[in-house]
Amino acid sequence: MAARYDRAITVFSPDGHLFQVEYAQEAVKKGSTAVGIRGKDIVVLGVEKKSVAKLQEERTVRKICALDDHVCMAFAGLTADARIVINRARVECQSHRLTVEDPVTVEYITRHIATLKQRYTQSNGRRPFGISALIVGFDCDGTPRLYQTDPSGTYHAWKANAIGRSAKTVREFLEKNYTEESIATDNESIKLAIKALLEVVQSGGKNIELAVIRRNQSLKLLESKEIETLVTEIEKEKEEEAEKKKQKKST
Amino acid sequence: MNSILTACSDGDGPERKIQFLHGTTTLAFKFQHGVIVAVDSRATAGAYIASQTVKKVIEINPYLLGTMAGGAADCSFWERLLARQCRVYELRNKERISVAAASKLLANMVYQYKGMGLSMGTMVCGWDKTGPGLYYVDSEGNRVCGDLFAVGSGSMYAYGIVDSGLKQKDLTVEEACDLGCRAIYQATYRDAYSGGQVNLYHVHSEGWNRVSQSDVLMLHQQYQAEKA
Repeated sequence: MAARYDRAITVFSPDGHLFQVEYAQEAVKKGSTAVGIRGKDIVVLGVEKKSVAKLQEERTVRKICALDDHVCMAFAGLTADARIVINRARVECQSHRLTVEDPVTVEYITRHIATLKQRYTQSNGRRPFGISALIVGFDCDGTPRLYQTDPSGTYHAWKANAIGRSAKTVREFLEKNYTEESIATDNESIKLAIKALLEVVQSGGKNIELAVIRRNQSLKLLESKEIETLVTEIEKEKEEEAEKKKQKKST
Repeated sequence: MNSILTACSDGDGPERKIQFLHGTTTLAFKFQHGVIVAVDSRATAGAYIASQTVKKVIEINPYLLGTMAGGAADCSFWERLLARQCRVYELRNKERISVAAASKLLANMVYQYKGMGLSMGTMVCGWDKTGPGLYYVDSEGNRVCGDLFAVGSGSMYAYGIVDSGLKQKDLTVEEACDLGCRAIYQATYRDAYSGGQVNLYHVHSEGWNRVSQSDVLMLHQQYQAEKA
């Protein structure tokens, strides 16, 4: 119990760093990639699925979790830490419904998670959570939202973001390719997420897990068949682009 | 109001056989253009009129009102605490608190003291993004949403007037104010423990405003003249 400990683990270094928090961020960088995209009428979360051992049941490895009907999150980092955070967030979503008679806004639950994470950077005998989270959903008024939290307890809103291994590459891809047209329809937004993940994921559709929330609908996990179809569509588009370029060059 | 409670109680806690009279009349009702809140202003200690000028409407914030029935200290204390809580909510969430949430906060606060002798029967009235809101909250733990409430010893007389007046649909603001005023007046006419002045408030989309404060005796003369 934290009450018994009288020594803090996360303390300042002489040059103003909280090393435990920074080490936690390193742990996040080792986790599998997750990408989040905020479309117009849809929010998309995609994660890199680590290959499961032969005897392991696939269903138990889920990195995208619903926090409530209209909010869900994906994480990168220590899975065990994530389980605790997700559990607390789920309870808070329901407590909020009880005391305020309204579903949480995405910002509220993000703030709650971030406050929780910050508390663990300033408590006796505890270490920070080793996860970054991407929280997506729709508010009551129908606005789509995407937030990212990190082990220090800060949170920011994003139009599109990536966390985990190779997050930088994916983020650069998104910076180049997130345009008004690329999120014009739901399908386009989903394809953008897949394209972003394909940059860093090894062998295509099999290693991608995708979930979407549409306005006034709950979280939907895409089946591997759907993902395969979209991946083939993307590859066809790429080929067509390459063909066009070749023709331009030759004429 | 407080003294009437000590005079009536047996002294021991949960065994009270006597109903608290809550010598007062307060009412609130929703209509097309918001919520009308009307209260009297008399405080009694047994048969002694302690005050004719009590403020029984508590201004929680510019768009929320609470009424006072039961223990004056209990009502004003908890509603001021509610005001603090509502303000913190507003700052944290960058939007006004809903009437449902505000009344829930109050109900949960007093529920922790259930059985310990709090006496509070209040109506939380306001306007939020879902429109006009009216909740009745008391120290027993009741929290009820409704379109019309009257609380206190004069409530039955007030109900009679408002129920018949609300039959005509779509009241204008003036008609609704007049209805509220008349209902309190009639209650003060028949109930010995209600009197003084009628304080009338109107809650609309921009917040609340105090419509009028009318002395009951003046109203009596006015209504008598109208009859003639």
